[in-house]
Amino acid sequence: MMTDEKKAAGAARGAGPEAVERTAAAMGAPRGLGSKTPKQGKRMLGAEALVASLEAEGVDVLFGYPGGQAIRIYDALYDSDQITHVLARHEQGAVHMADGYARATGRPGVVVVTSGPGATNTVTGIATANMDSVPLVVITGQVSQAVIGTDSFQESDIVGITMPVVKHSFLVQSASELARTVREAFHIAVTGRPGPVLIDVPSDIASAELVFEYPDEVSIPSYKPTYKGNAKQVRAACKLIEQAERPLLYVGGGVGISDAAPELEQLMDLMGIPAVTTLMAKGALRASHPLNLGPVGMHGAKYSNLAMTECDLLIAAGARFSDRVTGRLSAFAPHAEVIHIDIDPAEIGKIREAKVPIVGDVKGVLAAMAAQLRKVGAARQDGPWLEQVRAWRERYPFYDAAVGENEGEVVPEVVMRELSARLDPQRSIVATEVGQHQMWAAQFIDREVPRSFISSGGLGTMGFGFPAAIGAAIGCPGKQVVCVAGDGSLQMNSQEMATAAINQVPVKVLVMDNRALGMVHQWQKMFYGERYSETLLEPVPDFVKLAEAYGWEGERVEAPDAVPAAIDRMLSAQGPYLLDVAISPDQSVYPMVAPGSALDDVMGAIDVAVGAVRTAMPATAPVQAPAPSPCAQIDEQFGGRWEAGPDDTAPRAGADEEGGRS
Amino acid sequence: MSDSMRHVLSALVENKPGVLSRVTGLISRRGFNIESLSVGPTDDPTLSRMTAIVRADAVAYEQITKQLHKLVSVHKITDLTDEASIERELVLFKVNAPPERRGEIIEVANIFRAKIVDVGRNALTIEATGDEEKLRGLEDLFRTYGIKEVVRTGLIALSRG
Repeated sequence: MMTDEKKAAGAARGAGPEAVERTAAAMGAPRGLGSKTPKQGKRMLGAEALVASLEAEGVDVLFGYPGGQAIRIYDALYDSDQITHVLARHEQGAVHMADGYARATGRPGVVVVTSGPGATNTVTGIATANMDSVPLVVITGQVSQAVIGTDSFQESDIVGITMPVVKHSFLVQSASELARTVREAFHIAVTGRPGPVLIDVPSDIASAELVFEYPDEVSIPSYKPTYKGNAKQVRAACKLIEQAERPLLYVGGGVGISDAAPELEQLMDLMGIPAVTTLMAKGALRASHPLNLGPVGMHGAKYSNLAMTECDLLIAAGARFSDRVTGRLSAFAPHAEVIHIDIDPAEIGKIREAKVPIVGDVKGVLAAMAAQLRKVGAARQDGPWLEQVRAWRERYPFYDAAVGENEGEVVPEVVMRELSARLDPQRSIVATEVGQHQMWAAQFIDREVPRSFISSGGLGTMGFGFPAAIGAAIGCPGKQVVCVAGDGSLQMNSQEMATAAINQVPVKVLVMDNRALGMVHQWQKMFYGERYSETLLEPVPDFVKLAEAYGWEGERVEAPDAVPAAIDRMLSAQGPYLLDVAISPDQSVYPMVAPGSALDDVMGAIDVAVGAVRTAMPATAPVQAPAPSPCAQIDEQFGGRWEAGPDDTAPRAGADEEGGRS
Repeated sequence: MSDSMRHVLSALVENKPGVLSRVTGLISRRGFNIESLSVGPTDDPTLSRMTAIVRADAVAYEQITKQLHKLVSVHKITDLTDEASIERELVLFKVNAPPERRGEIIEVANIFRAKIVDVGRNALTIEATGDEEKLRGLEDLFRTYGIKEVVRTGLIALSRG
């Protein structure tokens, strides 16, 4: 349980990103006392040194789960005044919590688990963080060095297993390298393109004696991320911007990670460049900026997608041309030259060739670009391009009540708008699970500040959002944290309701409950002839009773007009609260670009020019009578008498047709 | 991959356990076969040199090298394909050699400046070094006598000058 002092300390530290010089050395420096820790020079056990190292890094919250090979570490933690340990109910939950904590605070999330199954349970969490560039330090207990490689009890090669999904990993091989390893792990996790770092600690090292010497500096000759963008490239980019008639900023998660919102707005305002945002960039650029066109891609706005298709200069800032954004690549931004700004050189040219690549910290590069444009006296363009964008925006709104869908049912879009209207944009964080509700949240919940929208973008991990919301709430005690979930996703990590209750984390969970795996169900409806294979979840547990079982409050609403008041009750609850909102499984997320289609080939966008209706709706694939099964044929032919011995190697009727596809 | 070509990739990496699997794992994860690989220490005991031959088109190869460069364990990546470089490989051939043909085989070996390192009742073991072309020529010649076994070290390369 969290003490009040610890909470207060967390609040003070969570006040916002400290203004540090934007170099790898400064940004990767210990956030705690480093070598000035009072434990410096003391004799202690490896496990104590590990805890002392975390303290020196300024860690105040740890997420984890103990076990046989982590007992020593947990024993040392028992004495730490600085570190609060949050006991998850599953190691995957612990990693997602640390991830949510890191996304919300900008500080690295730290996890401790045991060897074997404890370690393997972290894999999905680590992969999730890796895909979305989240700084984590994951410490796994390991069997002692003497028995590594002998298939001993609870042994797993976690360094090997996680190799493709970590930024870096360490297997500690002597007690003397423990402190330096932790220092390097934190440095690597937070600098450059952030990511998860794993430290595997054999139990004999945790119990070895050593003299604690914590280093402040790191020296990793092979790891030197580039922060400052090349000046010549910046000038080349500015030249392209000056010449462009239809420039567009394509804003990705990197802008949020590098806190580049002010620099981005400066450039947009200076030159009159509109911007589209990816899922990861939600909040990185405030929704209220007049030139922010918002979500782009598969479920983005039609006007954003049209802007992407028609622009003649695409400035990608901390974005990686994900397939959910580009649609069919050959038709993606066909008229555009590309300026690509990214701190990770491997992202540049990976999917789309860049005319001007700029490797560096987005914040610094955008500032340099604005300065250069000001220096050459480049003029803002408020010409036909912005007019065009504005016209698209008015013509194809995301939502129009006049469309009048789903009379008498709860409309998911409306639920999201009601929630958005009730959240203080400065003092709230929205986390989502993965699926239809995630897309509705991205479309309709407005975010004004970075780190206020948390969602698994790259890996699309169901079960991520709820524990991530707990982690975010622990990292930002003064903020209202709401998890928008689906009934499928919530069931993947619902055990963490215990963690929220026990630690008095007042997280709110709004379940968009369609008793189905909505997104797959939608694809089955649109592309698979309404053959709903394994996407109907009934019977779903009674979520209100489940909430109450964990000591939460809960409520279910089914009537559309009961929703606003129910959201009010949820938001004003003191403790954790679950609001189960019944929606129909037949609701689809629109607009939608079908996989493999061009980005401007949008289905189901509202077009007010033809009178507030959704246009280019997909023809629901005709319901085909399923091909009769061989057994049914046999039954028919032989009156159910199998012993007649039909030749059942004969091809099945209709087997050569692609079953039910539109 | 129509325009895929052979690349000689030389990587200076940390001399630590697991580094080899980080590098090869990264290459194979992206669907590329490593045709040849050699690893050994350098003049700096903390570093190893890996030389790999990978077949990939230009865009894919660039992506591989960028991803390799991102590995914290990798210090430097050099492409020795286009550069003027020296390539060498060592091969051991065990060639069928009945006593009456020994002389011929030794003569062939001498022309290629290969060494006889073992003589058996019906076989000769020959050590040869050189670039891929020379060794292929030698192998073709030995094949006429019948090769019992062949072992290669994998290519190593250095830039000239």
